[in-house]
Amino acid sequence: MFGTIRNRLILILVLVVASIAYLYPRQKTVRQRGPDGVMRDVREKAVPLKLGLDLQGGMHLALELDQAKKVSADPKGDIQRAVTVLRKRIDEFGVTEPLIQQSGSDRIVVELAGIIDPARAVGIVQRSAFLEFRITDKTQALEKALPALDRALRSLGVGPAKGAPAKPSAVEQLLKGDTTKAKADTTEVTGGVLAGLIQPASVAGVQPSPGEYAVLETAFPRADSLLNLPAVKALWPRNVEFLWAGQPTSAGVNQYRLLYALESKPIITGERLVDATAAIDPLTNGPIVRFELDRQGGRAFGEQTGRHVGDFMAILLDGRVQGRPPVIQSRIERSGQITMGNRSLQEAQDLALTLKAGALPVPLKIVDERQVTASLGLDSVHGGIVAGLVGTALVILIMVGYYALSGMLAVAALAFYVLFALGGLAMLEATLTLPGIAGLILSVGIAVDANVLIFERSGRSWPAARRCGWRWTRGSSTRCPPSSTRTSPRCSPRSSSSSSAPGRSRASR
Amino acid sequence: MLTALFLFQFGTGPVKGFAVTLIMGIFASMVTAVFVTRTFYMLWLKRRPDLTTLSVGSVRLFKDAKYDFIGVRKYAYGLTAAMLGIGLAFLLIRGVNYSIEFTGGTLIQFHTDANVNDAQVRAGLDANGLPGAEVQGFGAPGDFVIRARSSALGATDPNNSQATATAVGKALDGVLGQGKYRVDRTEAVGPKVGGELRQQALLAIFLSFFAVLAYLAYRFEWRFGVAAIVATAHDILATVGFIAVMHLEVSLVVVAGVLTMVGYSLNDTIIIFDRVREDLKKYPKDGFVQVLNRAINETLPRSILTHGTTIATLLSLAIFGGEVIRPFALVMFFGVFTGTFSSIYIASPVLLYIETRWPGAQARGVRQAAPAPPATGGRKPQPVS
Repeated sequence: MFGTIRNRLILILVLVVASIAYLYPRQKTVRQRGPDGVMRDVREKAVPLKLGLDLQGGMHLALELDQAKKVSADPKGDIQRAVTVLRKRIDEFGVTEPLIQQSGSDRIVVELAGIIDPARAVGIVQRSAFLEFRITDKTQALEKALPALDRALRSLGVGPAKGAPAKPSAVEQLLKGDTTKAKADTTEVTGGVLAGLIQPASVAGVQPSPGEYAVLETAFPRADSLLNLPAVKALWPRNVEFLWAGQPTSAGVNQYRLLYALESKPIITGERLVDATAAIDPLTNGPIVRFELDRQGGRAFGEQTGRHVGDFMAILLDGRVQGRPPVIQSRIERSGQITMGNRSLQEAQDLALTLKAGALPVPLKIVDERQVTASLGLDSVHGGIVAGLVGTALVILIMVGYYALSGMLAVAALAFYVLFALGGLAMLEATLTLPGIAGLILSVGIAVDANVLIFERSGRSWPAARRCGWRWTRGSSTRCPPSSTRTSPRCSPRSSSSSSAPGRSRASR
Repeated sequence: MLTALFLFQFGTGPVKGFAVTLIMGIFASMVTAVFVTRTFYMLWLKRRPDLTTLSVGSVRLFKDAKYDFIGVRKYAYGLTAAMLGIGLAFLLIRGVNYSIEFTGGTLIQFHTDANVNDAQVRAGLDANGLPGAEVQGFGAPGDFVIRARSSALGATDPNNSQATATAVGKALDGVLGQGKYRVDRTEAVGPKVGGELRQQALLAIFLSFFAVLAYLAYRFEWRFGVAAIVATAHDILATVGFIAVMHLEVSLVVVAGVLTMVGYSLNDTIIIFDRVREDLKKYPKDGFVQVLNRAINETLPRSILTHGTTIATLLSLAIFGGEVIRPFALVMFFGVFTGTFSSIYIASPVLLYIETRWPGAQARGVRQAAPAPPATGGRKPQPVS
């Protein structure tokens, strides 16, 4: 089949054409987010060689279920659901050709090319986006429970932290208004730790709504951990949960974190959400997220809100209260909105898209993160190209310098080699990474080895080599000892002259 | 090829890309050598039927080299022992400098046009709660790399990477001023993933070693196989020593370099052994030392040429390829030398030793009598890299 020159040439031609066909720049459609934030399809021409993230810039994330935050009942299913959710989110995010796939049984790999703002991408990937609506507590459950909670803390040996300013009890504070710290310090603490930390919401400079309290931002981590101690949590009043606001509120020089006592049963969750869009509220000029529920959700929501007209409804995202709970003015059916406060429109957009894509069943944690900027990637590509050109040039120099004409043949073969290798990569849709380029360049240096082996054989005994050298290169099992007298009609077009050739001939023409 | 397959199996991300291109490269080189070069010759011969000999250049280095390689093997032993000793000493004293990938931690590469040195950056990091972080200039002036290993920071924090990134950001804001620098690359590997990667890398090395073993058992009789394995083990040890001496950071790319080097060196050894085997048949009257010497001398031009081209590409990689690739190029660069050296001075003397210790009369008889297809078939050494 490969016996005649014609057949061989045809084969080479086929290989060359195939390689070029695979490498030919082709049109492809790419979804991109335009400057106005709208997704649109852009057609661009590109050589179909995929560049790795380390070359085109981008970020690689490996994620696992964060079981420390929420224990997953069905880790396998949760991973799969998380992959679906992430895919939806990232499609909306507008990254060209993202890769989101499960890796192993407990890991998700996300690869985003050309990400400019890594922190934002991480936020979108990591946010669980679990939306709930809860009615705030009107029964003063926290005040009633506080003494019991503090007793439990005292029995655990937790007193007011040293150095932390002791505060008068909430009731005292309420009477005095926002007392100065100096004054507060002199007052002997009687109410216990939590009672000292938790103050009425009015200190934060807001009109308090039922079930709303404030804690100094500096004391927030401590109050949070104390409140969630298992022994304390067991004493939480029935049907009430204590949850924090998503961001601090500033009042004068102090920053406060609002604490909410909420009914533990949400009136509705984000599962019923069908659409969410970001917008600017014409009244406040602040960003908002409008959402829409499906019909069933709308009915349930309407029923609940109808029953709670006049109550305050907290909107929770991932267990944190967003904005201040608004009063339910009237029945709310299928659509509502979330006020974003002083945050940017982009954050509102991100929230809208995560809400729309659905909640993650279990929060994710990042176990591996790599990120390369596009400019560094470009530098790497340039470095790779320069290294490749210089390396190839050196190889050509050596080969031609040493083997003259035959060396040039080898160099020509090398050109075919590079073409085939790249074509093969394009065919396999392999991703070209920086080490990959190194491998390619290195293999150019090694590739001549095959040619060198043939030449050295030819140098030693040309006729034998002509019979055997090539066959020997093919790696076939046909043995052809140099001393063999066997003639191969296939590869000796002039069998008459070959027999007279000297065994170990030097170059002579 | 074998080792590349293992790289593919166990490597992640970029290293996988390396394995793919290497496999593709080897495959393409076989195709070209078999079809293209040969066809060129055929064409050429057709055009010049009067040609009796092939012009293979005017320079013929080492054409009739007759160096007594085996004769000076005693000195080579000394050199080997010295090199391994130095390498091991460095290894024991300094330990292995694992990269972030293996220890877990955060790496941040940034560029700044401001005129700072690494001490200033380090002071800034210390002030921002990153006392264990390393700061290093990285290639071009103004490029720095910060490495904060999990072990130095207390690895329990799940948000370690973000926390570290924030702290680094603050430190740089302090030292350089906001917006005066550009973060080019971040790598944050959790300690768990780091451990897994380390395991995988070790597994890849061991498995490829066993694959090489199996391959040698298939291709050669045991005395050749043992010699080749001793040589390969020497290569690995020597390279690890080299890494320790140079204090190179052991990353996945470097592991890939070691594996590639093993394949490359093995290929070299196999080519010499093939020649030895052939010469044993061709000159049955010669002593084993002579045969070995002849085989090495005969393959010398080939070795020098291939090593020359490989070194040429490696040099250009080391110089132009950038900081990420440089360790790889250095390891391979060293590997080319140690590979050549071990093929000549480890593999061959070991073979000689085995041959004298257990005179292979019967083994040689077998070799001469039957060139058994599995053992001797396919004299073309497939590139094993």
